[in-house]
Amino acid sequence: MNNAFNIEKLNVFYGDKPALDDVNMEISQKAVTAVIGPSGCGKSTFIRCLNRMNDLIPVFRLEGSIKFNGTDIYSKDIDVIDIRRRVGMVFQKPNPFPKSIYENTAYGLRIQGIKNKSRLDGIVEASLKKAAIWDEVKDRLHQSALSLSGGQQQRLCIARAIAVEPEIILFDEPCSALDPIATAKIEDLITKLKDDYTVVIVTHNMQQAARVSDYTGFFMMGKLHEFDITKKIFTAPSNKMTEDYITGRFG
Amino acid sequence: MTREAYHKALKELENELLTMGEMVAKAMKDSIEALKTRDMEMSKKIIKDDIIINKKRFEIEERCLQMIATQQPMAVDLRTIAAILSIIADMERMGDHAEGNAKINLLIGSEPLVKPLIDVPRMSEKGLSMLDRVLKAFINRDAKTARAICDEDDEVDALYEQIYRELLFLMIENPKKIEGATYLIWLAHNLERIADRVTNIAERVVFMVTGKMEEVNVSKY
Repeated sequence: MNNAFNIEKLNVFYGDKPALDDVNMEISQKAVTAVIGPSGCGKSTFIRCLNRMNDLIPVFRLEGSIKFNGTDIYSKDIDVIDIRRRVGMVFQKPNPFPKSIYENTAYGLRIQGIKNKSRLDGIVEASLKKAAIWDEVKDRLHQSALSLSGGQQQRLCIARAIAVEPEIILFDEPCSALDPIATAKIEDLITKLKDDYTVVIVTHNMQQAARVSDYTGFFMMGKLHEFDITKKIFTAPSNKMTEDYITGRFG
Repeated sequence: MTREAYHKALKELENELLTMGEMVAKAMKDSIEALKTRDMEMSKKIIKDDIIINKKRFEIEERCLQMIATQQPMAVDLRTIAAILSIIADMERMGDHAEGNAKINLLIGSEPLVKPLIDVPRMSEKGLSMLDRVLKAFINRDAKTARAICDEDDEVDALYEQIYRELLFLMIENPKKIEGATYLIWLAHNLERIADRVTNIAERVVFMVTGKMEEVNVSKY
């Protein structure tokens, strides 16, 4: 099976209000899938379904199925904590903990009960390297993470997500609080991460989706209007609404 | 360096352009070789393979459009892609001229050539050398060499005029040679057009490097 996620007939409601309407989508392994669409189209709701982050919202209700490597993540016997470890997430605003760079990276590992220092050291270094921030922080691992710039903080958060060895990394608007250079660094990193991980990214910035992704889904009013290879979406979309959106005719 | 994947894709696009250049150069070279050796099979192959050149042009064009749509190239990158789009159109036409010359060989068929081939191969070699160097100038971002190549078009024009005049005299002297001489005039004209296309490419190289659109070799007429 080449799909990380198989999403079938996904309907989501917040109370009585529908947020996602019959979404069917297959998310390929070790590729970058981008989700674009205007504000309120359901793209954040969608990505948060993939690691059950929406569970925290009391009025949230879901129908249909999301299979992760063949297993329905909304079935009753599923371990939600394990799902969230295997499907990591990086948020819009960098959110390092008020701890050292080292402790931020090792945080998830400590929660898992890993105490062996040399093992922790090894994973911390490997994760910071994978997140392309090691060279910038290796001499100050025990300084506060809050002393880093916004772009560095975001890469640290990516390292923190990587450290627990997820299979998927979800990015929810990861660059919207960053300047263009820091954004380019994160985008480069996302491109490299797909060698080892499946990446799903929600972005307001459709140029970013165009630059980093292999597949793009266009959401509008809770519906997935078009889902195709990114090159196709941005050169010859099949759907008129997609074309109108990406050419700035609405939205 | 940031945007590594993008810069790699841009480099690949340039390599594709060179590949297409090699394909066109081969068609040009073979079309004259086939004429010299009266090799009809070789001419037929050139005609058949022109489709592959055209296909390559579409492929590169598609990649350029995808780059523009997905990577938002700016400044020199944008000029490079714009130059590539223009250059592939010129090269595709050069391939058509080579194909045209292969067809002329088939038209001449088993008839002997009306005159020995001296200036025709010279014109062809000149065109090939200009193409080779202009593509190197493209890769090296060398506007100076590109400008100098444009000046060489005058030599090709002079050779064409010489061939034209010679064949005209031949036709006046011996009307039986009109058909065969006309074929060679067409052929030389194709070679002259090939060199013109190279000057178009050179202008695009200058534009890519300097950002200025300029007609480098202005016609003397």
